[in-house]
Amino acid sequence: MIKRSFFKSSYLPYLLIFPQVIITLTFFYWPALQGLIQSFHLSDPFGIESRFVWFYNYIELFTDPLYLKSILITVVFSMSVASVSLGLGLFLATMANRALKAKPLVRTMLIWPYAVAPAISGIMWLFLLHPSYGIIALGIKRWLGIDWNPVLNGTDAMAMITMAAAWKQISYNFVFFVAGLQAIPKSLIEAAAIDGASPFRRFWTITFPLLSPTFFFLSVMNIIYSFFETFGVIHTVTQGGPGGSTNILVYKVYQDGFVGLNLGSSSAQSVVLMALIIFITFLQFRFVEKKVQYTG
Amino acid sequence: MVEKTPLLDFFTYAFLIIGIFIVGFPIIYSLIAATLPLEDVSRVPMPFIPGDQFLVNMKEAWTRGDLGTQIFNSFVMASGITVGKIAISMIGAFSIVYFDYRFRAAAFASVFCTLMLPVEVRIMPTYEVAANLLGPLQPVWDFLHMDGLISWFAGHDMEVILNWSLLDSYTGLILPLVASATCTFLFRQFFLTVPEELCEAAKMDGASPMMFFRKVLFPLSKTNIAALVVIEFVYGYNQYLWPLLVTTNPKMTTAVIGLQNLIPQADDLPEWNIALGAAVLVMLPPILVVLFMQRWFVKGLIEKEK
Repeated sequence: MIKRSFFKSSYLPYLLIFPQVIITLTFFYWPALQGLIQSFHLSDPFGIESRFVWFYNYIELFTDPLYLKSILITVVFSMSVASVSLGLGLFLATMANRALKAKPLVRTMLIWPYAVAPAISGIMWLFLLHPSYGIIALGIKRWLGIDWNPVLNGTDAMAMITMAAAWKQISYNFVFFVAGLQAIPKSLIEAAAIDGASPFRRFWTITFPLLSPTFFFLSVMNIIYSFFETFGVIHTVTQGGPGGSTNILVYKVYQDGFVGLNLGSSSAQSVVLMALIIFITFLQFRFVEKKVQYTG
Repeated sequence: MVEKTPLLDFFTYAFLIIGIFIVGFPIIYSLIAATLPLEDVSRVPMPFIPGDQFLVNMKEAWTRGDLGTQIFNSFVMASGITVGKIAISMIGAFSIVYFDYRFRAAAFASVFCTLMLPVEVRIMPTYEVAANLLGPLQPVWDFLHMDGLISWFAGHDMEVILNWSLLDSYTGLILPLVASATCTFLFRQFFLTVPEELCEAAKMDGASPMMFFRKVLFPLSKTNIAALVVIEFVYGYNQYLWPLLVTTNPKMTTAVIGLQNLIPQADDLPEWNIALGAAVLVMLPPILVVLFMQRWFVKGLIEKEK
């Protein structure tokens, strides 16, 4: 789209768009292309020799039990993070929307964890759930009788990074749910109340369906977040361990490429992730165009 | 509310207070831990009454983690990303909306498609570009047989290797992250809502495009800029993967990454008071930004991502 009245200049528009284009070309498209090319090559760790091998890296990848395990781990992780943070975010937003007094204060108190870096969230939860010093770990051991040890037990480690990643994301979801709730016309709720619908009924039959675009959008954003941005949590807290039980796809790309220097495999993994995010983005835009209306 | 529901209202506030407590708990707990001496923090369970060692722990964390340097680096990186992103995407959007030229649609599409290429999916090759920014030009150089040309000039054999590394530099930390599809998109959407008459009037008065940008568009965009400043500052400050890749020198790394060295490992003294003290200190700047600019923050978050 362009303005009806626009400027004419032979060089100025190119000059203005130039910084953006040169940076995207150098740091986005060129590397992406290189990754794509490398994924069809097999090279030694020093990058001296490389050989074109068609889909060898991909075939290796999808027959590698460690990679398949990593996919499973990532799916479990992102589903848990999304459901915990969406659930709590929606619950708190509904409550905050009901509150008559101290609304701004409540909002402020629930928004600020957004500013905490995922890695720092990881450090704090590591302390809370530390097998020897953590207070929550103590509670789990004493009251639930579970032999809690995220340093040695993979399931516990997964629970720990899920908490660390989800905690930070609650605020994000909260902000969007509050905005979504405010956009719902009061008259609908009032009409339902006059017809005798209880607050719970009103929530499930009016509020929740009207929130569904927000809900869908946030699900996508949460999945993207847990796929990509939780790298910091994994790197500070578990480093993919114990025994690869928290080695999500993004962390595996980093480990295989940067630490293990297996360039071909790492690039193939990057390409798989790229395909995945392209798919998610398309899905989102298709849906956004059809159904979602944001009023702001 | 629509009707009186005293019981439900009571639960609303009760749940809210519990929720606020749960959300704030990790930070409050870390803050308490940061005030305790080592023997208290390693007691199980740790006492809930703040101790008097706060300044001692902070000082220790400050020197041991070299936090002064690293927080400064974080600030430079966050500000650079913020300013760079906003400036580049604003003039980019101006070019796309207010000019008609042949590659307009292509330029917009190319910027927009970067949405699908977050740094996490192109770790290795982006690192290679940063390690040698001129690497992509080397094949061109070789293809043109420039070596031969230069040898001919110099009179003896010469081989030119183009090398310009961004590793361990502020440029390397900032530059690859300043391209932003979402910011460009936001400014584009905003410019499209600016009334046509403003541009017509400016043209009639003989204003040049840049004059129109400076005197009309920029002042109109102030609220959008404020909102983006908050979002991008927090984004830049909290970056993890990219600084981890491009910096190896502890003097150049950012605070969020440096923290990892302070976490007590299995064989160390359990000095969690120092690790958490440092964590609290490092997370403070973005928290303050969000708290004091909350209105802009919420606006920015919602407008940027929708």
